[in-house]
Amino acid sequence: MREDRTFKIVRVAGLAFFTLITLFPLYTVVISSIKPLADVRSTFHWVPSRITFAPYADIWSTIPLARYFMNSLLISLGATAISVFVAILAAYAISRYRFSGRGVFSLTVLSTQMFPGILFLLPLFVIYVNLERAIGIQLYGSYAGLIITYLTFALPFSIWMLVGYFDSIPRELEQAAMVDGTTALGALFRVLVPVSMPGIVAVAIFAFMTAWGEVLFASVLTDDATRTLAVGLRNYAIQSNVYWNQLMAAAIVVSIPVVAGFLALQRYLVQGIAAGGVKG
Amino acid sequence: MGSTRHKKPESENRQVRQRSDEHVFPKARVRPQIFPYLLVLPALLFELLVHIFPMLVGVGVSFLELTQFYVRNWSAAPFVGFRNYLDGLDPSGPIGGALAQSFLITFAYTVLVVGGSWVLGISAAMLVNSEFRGRRWFRALFLIPYALPVYVAVIAWSFLLQQNNGAMNTLLVDNLHLLKERPFWLIGNNAFWSVVMTSLWRSWPFAFLMLLAGLQSIPAELYEAASIDGASRWRRFRTITLPLLRPVNLVLLLVLFLWTFNEFNAPYVLFGQAPPATADLLSLHIYVNSFVDWNFGLGAAMSVLLLLFLLVVSVVYIRVLRVGGEGDA
Repeated sequence: MREDRTFKIVRVAGLAFFTLITLFPLYTVVISSIKPLADVRSTFHWVPSRITFAPYADIWSTIPLARYFMNSLLISLGATAISVFVAILAAYAISRYRFSGRGVFSLTVLSTQMFPGILFLLPLFVIYVNLERAIGIQLYGSYAGLIITYLTFALPFSIWMLVGYFDSIPRELEQAAMVDGTTALGALFRVLVPVSMPGIVAVAIFAFMTAWGEVLFASVLTDDATRTLAVGLRNYAIQSNVYWNQLMAAAIVVSIPVVAGFLALQRYLVQGIAAGGVKG
Repeated sequence: MGSTRHKKPESENRQVRQRSDEHVFPKARVRPQIFPYLLVLPALLFELLVHIFPMLVGVGVSFLELTQFYVRNWSAAPFVGFRNYLDGLDPSGPIGGALAQSFLITFAYTVLVVGGSWVLGISAAMLVNSEFRGRRWFRALFLIPYALPVYVAVIAWSFLLQQNNGAMNTLLVDNLHLLKERPFWLIGNNAFWSVVMTSLWRSWPFAFLMLLAGLQSIPAELYEAASIDGASRWRRFRTITLPLLRPVNLVLLLVLFLWTFNEFNAPYVLFGQAPPATADLLSLHIYVNSFVDWNFGLGAAMSVLLLLFLLVVSVVYIRVLRVGGEGDA
């Protein structure tokens, strides 16, 4: 397409605008994380009077950040792995089979997306507590409870996107494998899954980010031993004074895994959305 | 609705399958009933445990007077019929009045955040849609707010919106001299704009991502042909871009609407359990009623009302705009 001069000027101005609004909070966080405590408590200055990396060392002792980090990692990885696996199975059924109840199932799963979390938070808590009493599986305050909860948060979107993705892949691929005597499940995991990797990676990123960032359920369903970052970071502010510089340093540290992963894999995400969901 | 988005390929697929089934899907033919159900079973069980069943319990609780006196002993909570609902829906009473207020605030907040996200998203997507140097870097940069954990994004804003040591007041008062006094952002009337800005900053990159994916699926030849015919840039946007983005837009706006209307994280992390009256969003309002005032029955009734509202809006939206073609739902 012809790129006229006006458009180039508009593009430079527009990109400058978007860069500024994106960087303003990010810069504030980064610069405040290397300021001494006295500086972040007084009027904000764009250039620090003194640079210190002490906040990055102190964050680990002010609160048990390492434990929160491990908890978040275990729970998010667990939820991601199971939800991707479950979503692949369900999406395969919806994409490749016509069975009665198929429409109802898709609609039900999708509509759970609009449930206000607040509506089922308390009942879920009560169910977990009672399940433990009844069958002895500890769900409240355990990794398993939060993993199960989070994996369902990602399921509707994951299934919906994978159905779109699988639909775009010709059946002949699996059929060829089945002629060779592979079972339907074998065809799914040996043929369909490998060619659907961009879509699956996109779904996995989404599931991981959902779990890593969730606040409401984590605040009710975890105890001191299983507390995640989303809840634990608040402890920098709970003590009588707020350690703003440490809070900002911790915010950066806990963001690095997801932001790095997201940016490294974002082209899969765009491909996955383009091939799956967005097609309409 | 997801099932018929691909009307055409599906019918083609079906023909292909009918022809080849006899040879290639022997298992599926012998046990056509069981296998697909086994595949969806795990998803179904998890959804039942975490969503469907708790939701039904929640609906049950909404008919009880479940206050702090009965929290330890649920079965003793008196059945009160629709009283929680009547309290919530009566705009002249204290409970209903506060709920109506909260609803209006949430509505205004949702319109601003969803509308703003779309406008910013489509603008940025158009800017980086064509090839230029550094394009990859801008695309990655714009996605960072969305990639951040929600609470990190909100914590960043809660810091820069501090009255005495926040960057916003340094920018507006000391650098740009737009204001004389350093305003409070997190209490009073400004709180509404604070939560709008925070949510908008985090959600526009999602619109950007979806719209960019949509734009890239539009063949460049269409624009070239229109250019040769002398169509202006604005005309090309109206006659090519917008119509072809329609499927993306329909889904994007619905998803953004549902997320934004249910938003809990931004007001909770910004304001804690005592939000200023102007930023009393519904999810937090219900949370305070349930977990701070210990009135679970009322909170559950409010949640059910919220769910019904979202359900009605979504169904009308899907029917009127025919999201997903003919629809079998």
